[in-house]
Amino acid sequence: MLRKLMKSDATFTMGFVLFIGWIVIAAVANWIAPYDTLAQNLAIRFQPPTGAHWFGTDSIGRDILSRVLVGSRISLFAGLTTIALASTFGLIYGGIAGYVGGIVDDVMMRVSEMVLAFPGIILAMTIAAALGPSLFNSLLAMVVIWWPNYARVMRSMVIANKNEEYVEASRSLGASHLRVFFIEILPHSLGPMLVLATLDFGNAILLFSGLSYLGLGSPPPTPEWGAMVADGALNFNYWWISTFPGLAILTMAVGANFIGDGLRDLLDPKLRKGM
Amino acid sequence: MGLLKFIVRRMFFLVFLIIGVSLIVFIISHTVPSDPVLANLSQRNMDNKEMVEAFRSKWGLDKPLAVQYAIYLGALLKGDLGLSIRTQRPVSMDLAQYFPATMELAVFAMVIAVVFGISFGVIAAIKRNTGVDRLIRGMSVLGASVPSFWLALMVLLLFYVVLGIAPGPGRLGPRFSAPHTVTGLFVLDSLLAGDLATAQDALSHLVLPGLVLAAFTMGLITRTTRSSLLEILSQDYIRTARAKGLAEREVITRHALGNALIPVVTVIGLGFGNLLGGMVLVETIFAWPGIGRYAYQAASNLDFPAIIGVSILIAINYVIINLVVDILYGVLDPRVRYE
Repeated sequence: MLRKLMKSDATFTMGFVLFIGWIVIAAVANWIAPYDTLAQNLAIRFQPPTGAHWFGTDSIGRDILSRVLVGSRISLFAGLTTIALASTFGLIYGGIAGYVGGIVDDVMMRVSEMVLAFPGIILAMTIAAALGPSLFNSLLAMVVIWWPNYARVMRSMVIANKNEEYVEASRSLGASHLRVFFIEILPHSLGPMLVLATLDFGNAILLFSGLSYLGLGSPPPTPEWGAMVADGALNFNYWWISTFPGLAILTMAVGANFIGDGLRDLLDPKLRKGM
Repeated sequence: MGLLKFIVRRMFFLVFLIIGVSLIVFIISHTVPSDPVLANLSQRNMDNKEMVEAFRSKWGLDKPLAVQYAIYLGALLKGDLGLSIRTQRPVSMDLAQYFPATMELAVFAMVIAVVFGISFGVIAAIKRNTGVDRLIRGMSVLGASVPSFWLALMVLLLFYVVLGIAPGPGRLGPRFSAPHTVTGLFVLDSLLAGDLATAQDALSHLVLPGLVLAAFTMGLITRTTRSSLLEILSQDYIRTARAKGLAEREVITRHALGNALIPVVTVIGLGFGNLLGGMVLVETIFAWPGIGRYAYQAASNLDFPAIIGVSILIAINYVIINLVVDILYGVLDPRVRYE
C-alpha cells in the first residue's frame, strides 16, 4: 500500500520523507547536536549563522541548531501523546455512546458538543494557566479539547456497523458485548479514525507550539520550538532566532499533512485526484 | 415550517452551550487553589473578621458550590457577565470595547480567504494535474501547516522592518487618532467621518494580520473549491453544455461554478470558527486590541469571569455564523432539508 501511494502521489512521498526525516533526527538528536542545548555563553549571544553555529545563537548564547534538533523530540512526543490519548479516550467514549445508544448516547454526545463548541485555544490556555506551565499540563489541556472529534467519528462508525449481519451473527452465537465490540465492530471502525489522527497530527503540533509560544508549555530552558520562536519575538532584530525553529514546526506539520491527505484520498476514492 | 423549527432548536442549543461553557470554566476555577477573598481584599480588611464575612456573603461565597453556580448562571442568563478581576470593569463593557477590532480584522481576513481561495481553487481545477495545480495545492497545504504566530513574526520582519512597505503593529499609525465611534470598525468609521487618510491608514494596518489569519482558511477553501468543481465538471449536464458548443469559460462561469460553490459555503462557516481561534495568537503579536488578546490576558491572569465572557461571545458567534451558513445552504441547494 505504501509503495502504491508513493508511486502515484508525489506530495505523499514528500510528506513521508519529511516526516521520517524528523523521526530519524529525533532519534539521534542527542548524538548529532553539535553543542549542549542548555550551555549558555553570553560572550557569543546574538550571533548570526556562521560556520561554527549554522543557525546562529540565541539571546543567552545557546546554539540554535542544537536546540532545533533536540526540540524535535518534544514536538513529536507532544503530537503523538496528544493524538494517542485523545483518540483512545474518544474511541472508548464514542464506542460506548454508539453501542449503548438511547439516552446514554444523547447525554454523552451533548457533553462532547459542549467541549467542541468551546473555543479550543482559550480552554487550553485556561487549563494550562490554571495548572501552571509544564509539559504535562499543556498536554493534558490539549487532550481535553481534542477528544470530542474522535468520539463523534467513532460513534458514527459504531452505529453504522452495529446492526450489520455479521455483528448480529456473532451476538446470536452468544458473544458477550465486550467481545462483539472489540472483535467485530472495532476493527471496522479504525480506518476513519486513523485518517483523522494523521490529519490531526499537524494541528496538534501547531497548537502545542502555540501554547509554548504563549509561555504555557514546557518552562525554560527546555528547547521547545514555540518557546524558541517567542525568544526571537522578544529580540526582533535577530531574525535567525525565530526563523529556524519556525521552519522546523512548518516542515514537521507539512509532512504530517501531506501524509494525511494521501491516506484520506486512498481511503476515500471519491476524493482521488485526476477524477 | 421546517426552517423555523430548525432555528428555534439552534437557539436552544445556544442556551445549552452557554451553560456548558460557563460550567466548564466554573469547574476549572474551583479546582485551582486560589481564594477570591485573598485576591480582592486588602491586608487590613483581611484581618477584620466581620469584613471577610461580609465579603463572603455579599458574593455568595459562603454558600455551597452548586448554589454559587446557580446564582452565577442566573445572572449570566440575564446577560450579566460579572466583573473582570483584572480590569475591574464589567466584562460586557470590556467585550463591547474590544469586539469591533476583532470583527474588523476577521471580516477582512475572511474576504481575503474567500476571494483568493475560490480563485485559486478554480484555477487549480481547470489546470488539474499540471504544474500550476500542484503549486496551488502545495501552497494550500503550506497555509494549513504554517504556525500562525511564526508567520506573523516573519511578515512583520520582512515587510515592516526590512522592506518598510507595511505598517507596524496596532490599528493605526502614531500620526492618526481613532475616528469617532459609530460601528467601532476604524475603516468604516473614518469613511463615515469623511476622513480618507485615516481610513487608508486603518486599512493598511489590516493587511498583514489579515493575510496571516487568512492563510489557513484560504487553503481550506482552495481545496474544497477545487475538488467540488472537479466533481461537477464530470457531470452530464456539463458535457451537454460543452457539446452545444459553449466556450469552456462560459461552461465554468455559467453552469459549473454556481453548483460547485455550495460545499464551499459550509467550509466558510467552519473557517470562520477557526479564524476566531487563531485571533488569540495573531492579535497578541500584532498588538491588536481585540478579544483574542483580551482572552490571552484573561487566561494568563486566571480572570475567570472574563474567560467565560469571551468564550461565550466566540461560541455565540460561531453558532450564529453556522446557522446563517446552514440557512444559506438550503437557499442555494433546494434539495437540502433542515433536520
